[in-house]
Amino acid sequence: MELIRINDVTKQYKNGVTALYDINLKVRKGEFVFVIGGSGSGKSTLIKTLYREEKPTRGDVFIGGINVKKLRNGRVYKLRRKLGIVFQDYRLLPKLSVYENVAFAMEAIGAKKKDIQVKTLRALELVGLKGKVRNYPDELSGGEQQRVAIARAIVNEPKLLLCDEPTGNLDPEMSMEIMKVLEAINEETKTTIIMATHDKEIVNKMGKRVIVLKEGRLVKDYEKGKYKNEDI
Amino acid sequence: MKIFRMLGRNVRDAFRSVFRNFSLSLAAITCITITLIIVAIALLASLNINNFTKVIKEDVTVVVFIKKEVGEEQIAAIRTQLDNMNNIASITYKSKAELRQEMEASSSKLASAMKAWGEEENPLRDTFEIKVTELEQIGTTADNIKNIDGVESVNYGETMINQFLSAFRVVKKATVLAVIMLIVVIVFLIVNTIKLTIFSRKREISIMRLVGASNLSIKMPFVIEGMVLGMIGSIIPILIIIYGYYAFYQHFGGQIFSPLIRLITPEPFVYGISLVVLLIGMIVGVIGSYQAVRKYLKI
Repeated sequence: MELIRINDVTKQYKNGVTALYDINLKVRKGEFVFVIGGSGSGKSTLIKTLYREEKPTRGDVFIGGINVKKLRNGRVYKLRRKLGIVFQDYRLLPKLSVYENVAFAMEAIGAKKKDIQVKTLRALELVGLKGKVRNYPDELSGGEQQRVAIARAIVNEPKLLLCDEPTGNLDPEMSMEIMKVLEAINEETKTTIIMATHDKEIVNKMGKRVIVLKEGRLVKDYEKGKYKNEDI
Repeated sequence: MKIFRMLGRNVRDAFRSVFRNFSLSLAAITCITITLIIVAIALLASLNINNFTKVIKEDVTVVVFIKKEVGEEQIAAIRTQLDNMNNIASITYKSKAELRQEMEASSSKLASAMKAWGEEENPLRDTFEIKVTELEQIGTTADNIKNIDGVESVNYGETMINQFLSAFRVVKKATVLAVIMLIVVIVFLIVNTIKLTIFSRKREISIMRLVGASNLSIKMPFVIEGMVLGMIGSIIPILIIIYGYYAFYQHFGGQIFSPLIRLITPEPFVYGISLVVLLIGMIVGVIGSYQAVRKYLKI
């Protein structure tokens, strides 16, 4: 079963920069895919077209059979509810506690109070932060903050988890901590994960499918376990 | 129900936001309060003026004096002509004999003075007392009546009434203008306040969008916040209306200058006005915040 299909996607920004050229890609349900490439290779743009922060200039993006490009602005939220998104800078709300930050994602879509409580605690348990529910983001380490962000991304039980350089601000040890959490999510909940990164170390250790972008073109697509520390 | 759940959270968030940005909210609330006080005063004045006009209309009588030599047949003819005229609410005929009786009954001094008159010497005239429906057109109606054959003169205290009416018209126009201008001011104030809260919550909004909050549920707390500001801003004006108007009414004993200008009795009038002020506050709050959301919340 394929979850994502990207057909001939080209993205040109308004300032004339072309970030993606003719990208074709299929991702099956439950896969764990790394998108790697240097800065300016189009990793982030590719992720952005998936959650429709950006619309492709040409080509189509299908997620679960929905043509993301044709989604009207007023209906984008319906797509976002099926996605979880994690960023390099965590994007937590500093005035809310760990619990509230995660619950916020469920409140925003109008979930029941009871459900919020159960699922928020379950998500925090999955990322290993059950002991810190009352803490505030600035009392946590970078790795812990990122795990809160991951808990927030998965609390609504998305089919697809998008990660844009989630380990970009973290040291190698914390990065591996995050990767273990992501792998656990991938295995336990069968959530499809697409992660953009430039950290080859991680990609090597994980042994997942790897897509290599170079100057906006998809240059290599390694099957699971085939990637060997190549230059990018 | 999901809608009520969301609404409850929105109301909670709106109140939270009002208190979180308290200095900003306070500035807006103060301005709304002052503006609504003026609006309330304007409303009280304008409605009282309406009432004055109504009272005067009920009191004003056009008295038509019939010429002395006119006989009963012609009086009946005048009556039918009056019946056919526009702007006439009621017609009462009083013969000079009836008038004499009335006057004699009203005061013993008059009665003794009038005793000297014989039946033929009665200097009074047969009259019609007429009430009009449209006070504004009382002048034309009086002129028309004057032209009827057999009418000697028409009297309705024209100068005083005209002065009152024109004064009332000016005051009413001024109050309506003031209210409209002030409402525009409130809208502007609320637009600005909400604009600032939108900016201070940019991060929160962007996260809400990422986790799939619908546009409506992102906008709603701001709109409700505007409504809450308007509501809080109308508390003091309402107290002023209720207690202030009672005091005013008591002080003047219910009338200004003459019994002709009667104030509206406070109950239930003040509660009606309070409700109107509250509604103005809330509706204007919603309009202002909606404008701000539309303009500054790009989603």
